[in-house]
This record gives sequence, structure tokens and C-alpha cells, in this order.
Amino acid sequence: MTMPAKNYASTRFSELDEINEENVKDLRVAFTFSTGVNKGHEAAPLVVENTMYIVTPYPNILYALDLTKPGAPLKWAFRPNPEPTSQGVACCDVVNRGAAFSDGRIFFNTLDGHTIAVDAETGAAVWNNKVGNINIGETITMAPLVVKDKVLVGNSGGELGVRGWVKALDAKDGHVVWTAFSTGPDKDVLIGSEFKPFYDSDKGEDLGVSTWPPNAWQIGGGNMWGWISYDPDLDLIYHGTGNPGPWNPDLRPGDNKWTAGIFARDPDTGAAHWFYQWTPHDMHDYDGINEQILLDMDWKGKPRKVLVRPERNGYIYILDRTTGEVLSAEPFGAVNSSKGVDLKNGRLIVNEEKAPRTGKLVRNICPTASGVKDWEPSAFSPRTGLLYIPHANLCMDEQGVDVNYIAGTPYVGMEVRMIPGPGGHRGEFTAWDIANERPAWKIKENFPVWSGALATAGDVVFYGTMEGWFKAVSARTGDLLWQFKTSSGIIGQPVAYRGPDGHEYIAILSGVGGWAGAVVSGDLDPRDRTAALGFAGVMADLKDVTAPGGTLYVFKLP
Amino acid sequence: MKMRTLALLAGVAILLTGCQREERDTRPDPVKGAGDQAVPVTSLAPGGERPVDTDAKAARFADNAFHMSEGKRLFDWFNCSGCHSRGGGGMGPALMDDKWIYGSSIENIHATIRDGRPNGMPAFGGRVPDDQIWELAAYVRSLAGKSSKAAAPGRNDDLMPHPSENRLPDATTLGRSP
Repeated sequence: MTMPAKNYASTRFSELDEINEENVKDLRVAFTFSTGVNKGHEAAPLVVENTMYIVTPYPNILYALDLTKPGAPLKWAFRPNPEPTSQGVACCDVVNRGAAFSDGRIFFNTLDGHTIAVDAETGAAVWNNKVGNINIGETITMAPLVVKDKVLVGNSGGELGVRGWVKALDAKDGHVVWTAFSTGPDKDVLIGSEFKPFYDSDKGEDLGVSTWPPNAWQIGGGNMWGWISYDPDLDLIYHGTGNPGPWNPDLRPGDNKWTAGIFARDPDTGAAHWFYQWTPHDMHDYDGINEQILLDMDWKGKPRKVLVRPERNGYIYILDRTTGEVLSAEPFGAVNSSKGVDLKNGRLIVNEEKAPRTGKLVRNICPTASGVKDWEPSAFSPRTGLLYIPHANLCMDEQGVDVNYIAGTPYVGMEVRMIPGPGGHRGEFTAWDIANERPAWKIKENFPVWSGALATAGDVVFYGTMEGWFKAVSARTGDLLWQFKTSSGIIGQPVAYRGPDGHEYIAILSGVGGWAGAVVSGDLDPRDRTAALGFAGVMADLKDVTAPGGTLYVFKLP
Repeated sequence: MKMRTLALLAGVAILLTGCQREERDTRPDPVKGAGDQAVPVTSLAPGGERPVDTDAKAARFADNAFHMSEGKRLFDWFNCSGCHSRGGGGMGPALMDDKWIYGSSIENIHATIRDGRPNGMPAFGGRVPDDQIWELAAYVRSLAGKSSKAAAPGRNDDLMPHPSENRLPDATTLGRSP
């Protein structure tokens, strides 16, 4: 458990099988811990050598709990004291998605743009490097990934005209080894002789400049606030790029490279190897930063190294991760903003009827700006061949408006109000049969499922709901096997670990918030349906069923 | 026929003179950064309550239909709406409810916009002309139903996220948090 995604392939699959379909009904609380923070808890707990590490939302406290003692008492707490003003430039609650462990150190990011290395044993800071600037709207919310001797970090700020980047910091002293921007000239994007994209639309010089109106790329977004995977055999990292800014597409004609896509890069130099754009000239805030699950599997009778991406625009993409070729793209939720993906040229087929324009109100666009699936990571079980995807079922009305760029303030230019999707339920938990390109089963949830998923070798899958239920379902059938009501809504990432006593434990952070839960954690007024970038109105009743407050829950068998 | 026209004209003349016309300050002070008055953000004061200072400008801008409608326009122009949406909040707190972290008077709101606040509100003083900050402050009060219904802005021409400002209830009467 040295990284939130469990492994470099990001399967979030635990080999532990002590807790299984038969006995999961007996799960009970082993211990709890209050984080003392009332914002959205999106992080995954880490467990390394009998210590559990949790990082909270702003003020980004790093707690270490001693698992060898009864009740897992606090070993130490590290308080980085980020600048309070950073809360004013965080687009969608002041979340943090977790820490990473490597070589005796815990690495994590703070909302005000610092990457910090802390000694895992003593809790003393080893190094602290400020890589983001809140005065231009830059924050950091993502969980870093350590690959070899480098800590990979990306920025947030796609709603504030922040130019996206990924940086590699030296794990020893924190100095920046390379920076790869998501927009601008090839030398800034680290596109060179090794760059061999599969599709023609990604070939050409300085496309990160020429696919934008003059200079718009400088405030064009493409932020990397999500997940990175790594293939040690190919020695490539994979990371998405966020939405182009501003949201109003009329203000930035062109494909807006290299936003809303995915890069394969050399971890040592950052050099781009290939790129694929999920959503060229994105019109709906379809950030491309979700997790990518790296699998070696038979695809149509041939062994392939694939990359599976449940994407915000509503499709599950299967890519050949050596070349960036799209092998499959099937919708896994309600989609009408596009009509599929043309597998000949890899391009998303846009539905112009659902294109928002300045001054034009377009109704019932599916999915919403938050996508069929947002950041909340899915899990893959090799035992079932299914991908377990937590996601939403929402649509929206949109109207483009003019917007001024003022550094450090929002740069969106879109009025949004969301509505429940077809069927009226706002969330779904889908088990997707990757090989057969279809859902195996689906669970409907009242609210969007904003927590991550965990699959275990006991054929149990865990996830949480925004009302606060922590659920265990059968990996094969989706039948509910056990549930526990936590103190607040759940938007965290469940993990399984083997405790010092040799037994399997399941851990989850409860504490509602995030974009979907901002109506509660930010105490917003849902009478304004456009509040929280359109999310508040459709979540108005969340205030009636849960309240903010961060608590760690850890479960075990009796 | 002629008599009827004359009577109509006379009627219109009486109507016009009978109305009290709101004064329109169409060329507000372009000077940036004025308004350096200190405004306490708490009513607690050592030694007992203190008289509340009022700014001379406050009366000129509060409840003035023209200034509130200008404030509504500027609310978008300066990206206030980016954080506070149409009053429901988002990156910043809601403005249409009855929770005022730094005070609900027009002087308090003016100071909040001018000087910023430590948990994320940027300081717009020196970047936005002072009179426009007063217009914004006057408009913000209308979002919470705290200004005259006769003067608050009416319906939008485009997407209506909530009832128009002149139909929003006074947030203090809502009784509970929405």
C-alpha cells in the first residue's frame, strides 16, 4: 500500500482474501480516527510497515497512526500550514487525493502548491518545494506518484485559466528535474524526436500553439490533477490532461492541444512518446485526467498491452498502450453530447445539437461537466475480468457567456445547471466486462457515487455513497453483502491491508465534500441552481441527509 | 379629438412630475482605491458597544436601482460570479443566505471586496474603482433580499438560476439554512 492506486497498473485490486463473500457480513469497526477537518475527504489511507498515513483536505495535515497498538493511536502529525488564501482559488472544494510512499519517505502535496517529503518514521520534513503559485490560481490536489527516483506532480486550476503541467521532482532533494506543459510550443510540452502519435491529427509542429487563438494557450488549462500510471517494462508513464479553459468553446476555436487527452512519457526525461485526445475542442469541461488501468490481456484473440480508461466524456476506452491506438470506445452511461468514436481516425463524433454557444441555452446535455465519471477511481479484478466503476448519472443545461481573464480568479464563461439523468437516479456503480465491451451489472444509487472502488481476492468489492453508507457487494453479481453507515458522506478511496496481526483490514475515510458534495462542505445555497459550477441545485437534498466531518473507519472480521 | 390629446398630455405631465425620479450617477468617480475607512467586522467591542460608523457613500449606493443594476453587470465582469455563482456560492461562500462571515452592512461588504479576507477572498482595492466596489456591495445585498424590492434588479434575459433579485426573499426570514 505505498500508493493510492495500490500498484503502478492502478488496478486497486488487493490479493487479500480473508474477507470474502461469505463472511463479509460480519465486518465490524476495528478503530476510528477523527481528522478534525470538515471538507471533502478524497484521499486513500496508506499503510507501510505497521503505520497508517492519512492526508486531510486543506489544511493538509499528515497523520501517522501506529497499527501495532490497540486503537491505532496517533504516532505523529505533520502540519504544513498551507496559506489560507489558497482556499479561494480551489475550484471544487479543498480536497487532497492522497500521499505516496517510497524509500522511507511520505510525499504529498498541499493546496497552496507545495510538494513535501516527510520522514515516514519520525514525521520530520525532509524537503519542501513550492511548485505552484496561488496568485495565478494554481493549486495542487492530486496524489503524487513516485517512479524510480522521481516524484511526479501535476497542478489544478482548469477553471482559473491556469496552464497545466506535470513536473518530476528529485525524490532526494525535491528539485525539479523536468516540467512538461500541456499547452504551448513543442519544447514546453517535451515533444521531440521520440514523439510518435498514432493519429495524424496529433502530428505536426507546435500544435499546442497553432490549435488555439493567438496566445490563448498561455491560459488554456490542460491541468493534471488526476492519476498517473506506470509500465516498468515499457518504461512509460501515462497521464491525462484536463479541460481547456475557458469552458465556453466559442472563446477558443481549434482542437486546443494538448488538453483533454492522454500522454505516454519517459519518466526520466519527460519526453512524450505518444498522445491521444479524448475530447478535441472540449465543449463541456470533459477533463481527461481519470485513472488508467494497465492490463496485459487477449484482445480479439491477440495478446495486447492495453490501457483501460473510463473517461469523463462517457466512453470506456481501450488503448494499445505501446502506440496509443484506440481499440474500443463504448459508452458506459447516458451520452448525447457525442455519437461515438470513429475508430478509423480515433476522433470523437461530436453532436453539434448539444454544443453550448455564447448566449444560447442548450438543454439536457448528457453527461454533465463532471462527466459520466469524474476523478473517483475504479478497480479491476483479474478474477472476474470486470472493471468496477463508481460514477454519476447526470445531465445539464448550459449557456455560454463572455468572461474576462483576471489572473487568480475563475475563467469559465459558462452557466451550468445540472439535472438527474435518465431514470432519475443520480449515481451508478457499474461492473464493466472489459473483454466483451458491455456492463455485467449495474447498481443504481440516489446520489452520484463519488468514492473510489476497491476489489479484493475475496471477490468482494467496496465503495461508499454520499449519504454515508460504506458498502460491500459481490464481485460477480453486485448483490449487496454488507453495509455500514458512517458519520458523513463518503467520497474517499477504500483500501485493504494486512495488519500487524496478520489479518485483513478495510479502511475508508468518511467526510463529504468534493465538487458533488460542495453544497454541504461549502454550505452553499442550492436555491441558486448554478452554484458550484452547476452542481449545487441537483444536490440540494444532500443537505438533508448528511453533514460534513472527516473520520477514518477501519473494519475487520471478529 | 384635440381635447382628448390635450387631456392625455396633461395627464402624462402630471404623472411625470408626480414621480420622484431616482438620481442616476451615470459618470461615477473613476478614481481607483479611495474609501480607506476602517470598518470593524465584529460588533463585539471591549468596553461595551460602540456607535456604528456609516460611510457617506453608503446612502448614495444602497437601494439605488441604477447602481444595483450596474453592480449586477460588474458582478460578472470582475468574475465575482465565478466564485459566488448567482449568489449560491461555489469556490466562495453563498451570498443569498443569511450567513455573513464579515458583516452584512454595505460598508462591511464594501470593505470585504476592497481589502479581501484571509480565507480566500481577493483584495480588489486599487484594481476596481471605488464607486464600482460600492455598486457591487449594493448588488450583493440584493441577492440576500436585503434591498428595496422596488429597486432591486428584475429578471434576466437569459438562463434564470433563481427568481430575480427583486423577488428573492429576505434571507433573514428564511428561518433555517436553505
